[in-house]
Amino acid sequence: MKTLRHLPWLILLSLAVVATLLICAIFANFLAPHDITQVDLRNRFQSPIFLGGAWGNPLGTDSLGRDILSLLLRGIQVSMTIAALGTIGGAVLGVTLGFVGAWVGGWVDNLIGVLIDFQSTIPNLILALALIAAFPEVNFGVFVLIMVIYGWEQYARLARAIALSAKSQPYVQAQIVFGASPLRIITRSILPNAAAVLLVNMSINFPRTILVESTLSFLGIGIQPPDTSLGVLIGQGRDQLYNAPWVALMPGFVILIATISISLLGDWARDLVDKD
Amino acid sequence: MTWVFARIGRAILTLLLLIAFTFFTLAISGDPAVAKFGEDIDMATLEAFRAKWGLNYPLWKQFLIYLNGIVHLDFGVSFRTGEPAWGLVVSRLPATLSLMLPTMVFSILIGVPLGVFAAMNRGKWADRFTIVLAVVALAIPSFLLGLLLMFVFSVWLAWLPPSGIVGWQSYIMPSATLAIATAAIYARFTRSAMVEVLSHPMIETAQASGLSRRVILCMHGLPNVLLPLITISALEFGNILTFAIVVESVFSWPGVGRLLITGIANRDYAVVQAILLLTGTTVIVANLLADIAYGYVDPRIADARLKGRRHNAVLDKT
Repeated sequence: MKTLRHLPWLILLSLAVVATLLICAIFANFLAPHDITQVDLRNRFQSPIFLGGAWGNPLGTDSLGRDILSLLLRGIQVSMTIAALGTIGGAVLGVTLGFVGAWVGGWVDNLIGVLIDFQSTIPNLILALALIAAFPEVNFGVFVLIMVIYGWEQYARLARAIALSAKSQPYVQAQIVFGASPLRIITRSILPNAAAVLLVNMSINFPRTILVESTLSFLGIGIQPPDTSLGVLIGQGRDQLYNAPWVALMPGFVILIATISISLLGDWARDLVDKD
Repeated sequence: MTWVFARIGRAILTLLLLIAFTFFTLAISGDPAVAKFGEDIDMATLEAFRAKWGLNYPLWKQFLIYLNGIVHLDFGVSFRTGEPAWGLVVSRLPATLSLMLPTMVFSILIGVPLGVFAAMNRGKWADRFTIVLAVVALAIPSFLLGLLLMFVFSVWLAWLPPSGIVGWQSYIMPSATLAIATAAIYARFTRSAMVEVLSHPMIETAQASGLSRRVILCMHGLPNVLLPLITISALEFGNILTFAIVVESVFSWPGVGRLLITGIANRDYAVVQAILLLTGTTVIVANLLADIAYGYVDPRIADARLKGRRHNAVLDKT
C-alpha cells in the first residue's frame, strides 16, 4: 500500500482504468445484459440514459436495435484478447529469434538481422495490409497472426543485444564451460535479466496493437461482423454520426481512455527501468 | 565511402525482400487465371492464359518475369475497372500529395517549437504537460481523431464539409488530423534531442561566458537539433504515409490510401501491389537518403537520433 501512495495520480487513474477494462474483458459474457446478435428493428437508435433513454438499454441501441452496452463489452473483450495474444505472440517470436541469432551467430544471425531490418523499414501497417490482402478470408486466427508479426522485431533486437552482451560475461562463460545447455543458460540466466526490458516493451506495444487492430477493423478489413470489436463498432457507427452519434462515440471513448492509460503506464514503466 | 555502398546494398536488399514478399503473397492468394475468368471456364482458355502470362513456368522464372514487369512499371490490370493498375495509382497521387504536404509543414511548425519549449523547461510543469500531450496525441488512433473532428465541426457546428473534396475547406480536417499525430512525433523527438544538446558542456561554457538564453538557444542549441530534425522528417515519412492511408478512408478522400483500402476489401491484387510497392519503395529511399545525409553531415550526433528513434541501428556500426 505504501508504494501505491507514492504513485502519481495519473498513473493510479491509468491503473484503475486498465483494471476496469480487464474486468470487462474477462466477465463480458456475464455482464452483458443482452445477446449481441439480438436484432430488434422496432427498437433502433434508442438514446443512452444520459440523453434521456430507458434503462432497458443503458447505453442505447444501434442501427439494428442491438444493445450498445453488450456490444461494447464484447468489443472490449475481442480487442483486448487480440491485443494480448498479439503482444505475447510477438514477444515470444521476437525473443526466440533474437536469442537464436545471438547464440548461433553466422549466417543465421545475418538472416535474422536482415529480417529485422526489413520489418523496421517497412511501416507495420503496410505489411499488415499486404498480409490481409494475401488471405482470401480474414478470420480470428489470421488476424492474431498479423498482430504477432506486428512489432516482433523490437523484441528480437532487444533480446539479441542482451544475449550478445551476456554471452561475454563471466557468469555465462562459466556455465558454458560447465557444459550447461544453451536453452538452460538462456532461460535460467539471461531471460530473467532481460525480463524487465522486455516487459516494458510489451507494455508499450500493447496499446499500439490495440490501435492497429481497431484501425483495421474500422476500415472493414479486420474483424468481420457479426462478431465485433471496438474498431468494428466505430466503423458501423460512423454512418450514423448525424442521427445517432453515440453509436460511434461510445466505443471511441473506450478506445481513447484504454490506449491513453496503457500508454501512460508504459511510458512510466520505461522511465522506471532506464532512468535517462 | 564504403559504408555508403554498404548502406545502398542494404536498401536494395530490403527492396528485393519487399518485392519477393508481395510476389509470394500474390502466389499464395490463389490462381490469377481463375481469379480473372472465374471457376467455370474451360481448361483450354485457362492454359492459354497461363502460357501467355508465364504462369506455367517454375516459380523462380515467374519471379524474374514479375521483376521485369515492375521495372517497366507494369503491375497488371485492375480487375475491377480493367485499367492498368499503375495508371490508376498515378491518377490518385495528386490528392494524396496535396494532403501530405501541408501536413508536413504544419506538424513541423507546431511540433518543433513545442519540443524546444519543453526541453527549455525540463522537469517543470510545461515540460510534463507537453509530454502528456504528446502521449495522448499518439495514443489516439487517427481514425478516431478524424471522426471526433468530423463530429464537432461537421455534425455539431456544421462549419466544414464532412468528406470528399468540395473546396479548400475540405483540406482542413484531414490535414489537421494528420498534423496532430505527426506534430506529437516531432515534439517528442525535438524535446529529447534538445535535452541532449542542452546537457552538453558547451552550453555551460556559453552560460558561464554570460551569453543570454536567447543567444545560447539560437546559436548553439537549435543548429545542433536542426540536423537530426531534417533527417527525422525523412525517416518519419513512412509513419505519416500510414496515417494518411487511414485518414483518407475516414474522410472519403479520393487518394491513394483509399484506393489501397478499397483494393484490399475487393481483393484487387494488381492495384494493392502497385501501391504497396510504391509506398514501400518511397520509405526505403527516404530512409536511405536520410542515413547518407546524416552520415555525411555529422557522424557524431548519431547517438541523439538513436535515442529518439528505436529503428536504424545501422549508423553506429558504420
